[in-house]
Amino acid sequence: MALLRLEDVTKVFRTGLFGGQEIRAVEDVTMEVKEGEIVSLVGESGSGKTTIARMILRFYRPTKGRIYYKGRDVWRLRGDEVKWYYSEVQGIFQDPYSSFNPIHRVERILYKTLHHFHPSLGGRGVEERIREAIERVGLHPGDVLGKYPHQLSGGQLQRLSIARALLVEPSLIIADEPVSMLDASTRIDVLNIFADLRDKEGLSVLMIGHDILLANYVSDRVVVLYKGNIVEEGPAKPVFVNPLHPYTGMLLESIPRLDKKWEKRLEEKAEEEEYTAYRLKGCRFAPRCPAARKICFEAKPPTLKLEERSVACWIYSDYGEKS
Amino acid sequence: MKLGSITETLRLAFRNGKVKAGTAVLFFLLLLAAAGPVLTPYQPLKYTGEPSLPPSPRHPLGTNMFGYDVFSQTVYGLRSSILVGFLGGAIATLIGVLIGFVAGYKGGLVDEGLMVLTNILLVIPTLALLIVIAAYLPYRGIVVESVIIGLTSWPWTARAVRAQTLALRQRDFVLVARMSGESPLAIILGEIAPNMLSYIFMVFILQFGGAILNAVGLDFIGLGPTRGVSLGIILQQAVLWNAIQLGLWWWAIPPGLVIALLLTSLYMVNTGLDEVFNPRLRGD
Repeated sequence: MALLRLEDVTKVFRTGLFGGQEIRAVEDVTMEVKEGEIVSLVGESGSGKTTIARMILRFYRPTKGRIYYKGRDVWRLRGDEVKWYYSEVQGIFQDPYSSFNPIHRVERILYKTLHHFHPSLGGRGVEERIREAIERVGLHPGDVLGKYPHQLSGGQLQRLSIARALLVEPSLIIADEPVSMLDASTRIDVLNIFADLRDKEGLSVLMIGHDILLANYVSDRVVVLYKGNIVEEGPAKPVFVNPLHPYTGMLLESIPRLDKKWEKRLEEKAEEEEYTAYRLKGCRFAPRCPAARKICFEAKPPTLKLEERSVACWIYSDYGEKS
Repeated sequence: MKLGSITETLRLAFRNGKVKAGTAVLFFLLLLAAAGPVLTPYQPLKYTGEPSLPPSPRHPLGTNMFGYDVFSQTVYGLRSSILVGFLGGAIATLIGVLIGFVAGYKGGLVDEGLMVLTNILLVIPTLALLIVIAAYLPYRGIVVESVIIGLTSWPWTARAVRAQTLALRQRDFVLVARMSGESPLAIILGEIAPNMLSYIFMVFILQFGGAILNAVGLDFIGLGPTRGVSLGIILQQAVLWNAIQLGLWWWAIPPGLVIALLLTSLYMVNTGLDEVFNPRLRGD
């Protein structure tokens, strides 16, 4: 059984005067995270990946669809069940500076977390656990304890964010772009923390990001999102080596390489007006897609399962079994 | 807020000219109110000798038509005005901040309900409501007046605090606190309120001045405290007995000036602090 399962999750935001404008930020997303698995949710900005993270973490209520954790509907939890949920599922956000209240010392939230989820620990035990957690993410307690957020670097704060989440001893971490604001040199270290925890303690991670290269580095499976729709999903290696969806292909093309001069391979069209894609009847990627046909604009592409992988594109409409 | 940042804020605040001037005047008035009874031998509502005396060394602000010493009336009136400002302002700030926090943080039906209540109170003309309430109470003291004023002047504060809370509650550190198992109350008090401390302080100063002005208005139309003396009551009496027309300027002008001075100093502290907390407003 999947640890986390999203079923037809849709989130509609209303904008404009009197909520006349509708943006389906996330549309009919169905996906799973299994135990001891790192899943990457990849997509450009505006693809709905942060919205998905916030729905899973109970910050936004889905407009439609259900989110199940260990078979229980996340949005039907009440009272102590919510606390149980957060003792199992924790989140890490993109911006380390805004994850800490600027007016408190950084360790305050660590103590609070420990106090709420492991109240039986004594004063000694608490100190020890916090030092342990800080060392585990590669920091020296002496460097960070007693400091205010503005006195620490983004990398230090992001590691502390991870340390806080780990104090809970969760089974699943939702990491929303955990490394995008870090220096390139520290990114791999942070990703290695997750990989290490998966290997040693069976932690599951849903990693959200826009960098398909980093996704490939650490994850077991990749889910590619475009404008709120899942376009492709599968084990990381095959998706990386042989992308099926034109959008995944484009993402891979856009990775700069050291050994090659930059040249555009795919005929790439610039994004038109921001919201038009959300109103399309057909595939939302069609306006930018080099392989777009008439049908792409007219109807949603079916999701096709091809062994372990799935892809939502009209190109493959003649193959595979429909789901 | 930690002690270090408080002293730092104070240091910054007192570099601002408006804050300096406003605080100096305010401090002088507070001192006057506190030391008043020592400065004057007369009770404010006791016949002291001759009526309608112009200012003299014995009566620095003269006496009124009933032979009361205007200086001691002004000093005692200032005390009650400051008390009304403090009490009324505190009550209004407290209610406004509380309702703003709860509505903004809880959202949903709680928010809707509280905002309906707030908006209803907002569109009722406050002075008219104050007149009706005050007229119903046969005996009114300064405290009762403060409570009435406090209970009717919180809506703007509630709306403003709600708006700020709405913005703060989506900040990442609030979400982190939610995941850390903090209760809504702990999040409001521990994460949101400390970030709004400067704002709440300024709201209080504004409410302080507003309560004084409201009280003067009520006193002036004869719905002030039924016993005792206040700056508004002095003005009311002065107008009632045609003080200006009869040339008793010392009966009306000094108390009026004290009110103006008090409100101006509060206003200056407020705009000065605004500049301190919001560097974009600084002229340099």
